[in-house]
Amino acid sequence: MIDRSQIIPVEKHQRTKKWMDTLKKEKALWLLVLPGILWYLIFAYAPMFGLVIAFQDFSPFKGFTGSSWVGLTWFQQFFHSQFFGRLIRNTLLLNIYNILFSFPVPIILALLLNEIQHSRYKKTVQTISYLPHFVSTVVVVGMLTNFLSPVGGIVNLMIGKLGGKSINFMIKPEWFRPLYIISGIWQEAGWGSIIYLAALSGIDTQLYEASIVDGANKWKQLWHISIPGILPTIIIMLIMNLGHILSIGYEKIILMYNTSTYETADVINTYVYRRGILSGEYSFGTAVGLFQSAINFVFVIAANRISKRVTEVSLW
Amino acid sequence: MVGGIEMVKNRLSIGDRIFYIIDYIFVALVAIVALYPFIFIFSASVSNSAALGRGEIWLFPKGFNTDAYEIVLEEKAVWSSYGNTIWYVVVGTTMNMVLTTFTAYPLSRKNFSGRNKVMMFIAFTMFFSGGLVPSYLLVKKLGLIDTRWAIVIPAGISTWNLIIMRTFFESIPQSLHEAATIDGCSELRIMTRIFLPLSLPVLSVMVLFYAVAHWNSYFSALVYLNDQKLYPLQMHLRKILIQYNQNEMLQELTQGRDVVGQSVRYATIIVSTVPILLIYPFLQKYFVKGVMVGAIKG
Repeated sequence: MIDRSQIIPVEKHQRTKKWMDTLKKEKALWLLVLPGILWYLIFAYAPMFGLVIAFQDFSPFKGFTGSSWVGLTWFQQFFHSQFFGRLIRNTLLLNIYNILFSFPVPIILALLLNEIQHSRYKKTVQTISYLPHFVSTVVVVGMLTNFLSPVGGIVNLMIGKLGGKSINFMIKPEWFRPLYIISGIWQEAGWGSIIYLAALSGIDTQLYEASIVDGANKWKQLWHISIPGILPTIIIMLIMNLGHILSIGYEKIILMYNTSTYETADVINTYVYRRGILSGEYSFGTAVGLFQSAINFVFVIAANRISKRVTEVSLW
Repeated sequence: MVGGIEMVKNRLSIGDRIFYIIDYIFVALVAIVALYPFIFIFSASVSNSAALGRGEIWLFPKGFNTDAYEIVLEEKAVWSSYGNTIWYVVVGTTMNMVLTTFTAYPLSRKNFSGRNKVMMFIAFTMFFSGGLVPSYLLVKKLGLIDTRWAIVIPAGISTWNLIIMRTFFESIPQSLHEAATIDGCSELRIMTRIFLPLSLPVLSVMVLFYAVAHWNSYFSALVYLNDQKLYPLQMHLRKILIQYNQNEMLQELTQGRDVVGQSVRYATIIVSTVPILLIYPFLQKYFVKGVMVGAIKG
């Protein structure tokens, strides 16, 4: 009779040996990839382990091991805070407006650019439309503040010439969302169209030729060939958008908002920045951030699964 | 579609004709809207400031002068922050390129056993992260706060760029690799002598993406730097373009006091943005390719 306990170590030994052999053979490749792995471990994974402080009363002097555990205190504090509803509403609304108004623009632009027959004209427009993408957020917000300034800003000067009353746009809560969305469209519509143009160029030209024979006009071609042809790309982009439904480009908001527009402009990310970094409430800030990442993670998985079932398009 | 054009050209239906008219006009409008702010800012920066204050500038400059530029270029903070930004761009981009190519190359090798596992390990970070506060505490713990390294090291790799580069490497024929291995080339040699020279388009796109990101970044400086001597250009811009203005608006200052300030601000925008706008047209054909490579297999 064979003693089982003796077999397993041998198998294990062989497996380790085989593993060592591959490692030796691929030594050069592993050495190349090592700095990258280390970077991800330190700068992407270490902060994930740092999330434990969301459940602690963290103090930098006591460290991760010395700080006391407080369970879900910070989460409860956040859920019961007077700002909770406002933060969720602002974040969701900006994202929903983004999907409703900003998301379709690059698609429409790509569809229309794709139909332009003069390649020079098309190229010129493309080159110009990508330009705003390369302007920094600081400059974009700087343009907004200066164009809209009540003190000599071009927009208010024009309003004045037309006999209207000057509007102090940047401190009006009702103007924050439109300005955020419109400036976003200005900056990213052209650049965003590249991906759809790439998808459009992959559509079989025979489909268009056949449709002409069948008497389809341009509008019908758009609707029945071009749009279905790029639908997988649209869905992928939509999933990725839904994946950060609870976070929004806060670098721009931090530049744009001020105490008088918090009502519409303050989102979860900016709140985390103010409480977690500026006020140094590390544990509370981490807890709010974790709440946000967790919801986002659930959203991207759900969106991916729904899309996989309905349209057979998925991220993974 | 291209094949069909000649066929249809002579007998465009009215519907199609309307389509093309709307299409060309719409596309032209897009170009105008994208370009107009730049034209206005340039014209405003070289115009007579009184004319600017009266709202007479809307397209072409009036009363041409370069006073605003003289004021901008005399300011020390502009030069020192410009210098800092150049440091961040050069050091940061170099580090990005080394890390990204070194990591992307093995991940593109079909015979690399760790390929899928390492890729999963990396891709996961696109969907979940520790967030702002833990990242800040890490940088603090590493003693990087108020050093230049806080700006470049945490921004070491962009996963998106890594995937673009890996996809490009994958498109290079495997047979080249096999032939080189038979000739006794080491992996490092194969990468630097065969793969990298064949990847020049995607490499230049990566350099552009990384360099522009460093040039435009302000947030890491806002969070990690207190020492103004280390501030990049964007932090300086934030001060003069946004903060001064917000203070004025909150105080609701009287009309007309800010006339000189406006043209100086516009001149500052031009000075800070021109380097990017200058290199941009030369690299444009490459980066479109770069985005497409990423799009095919994201």
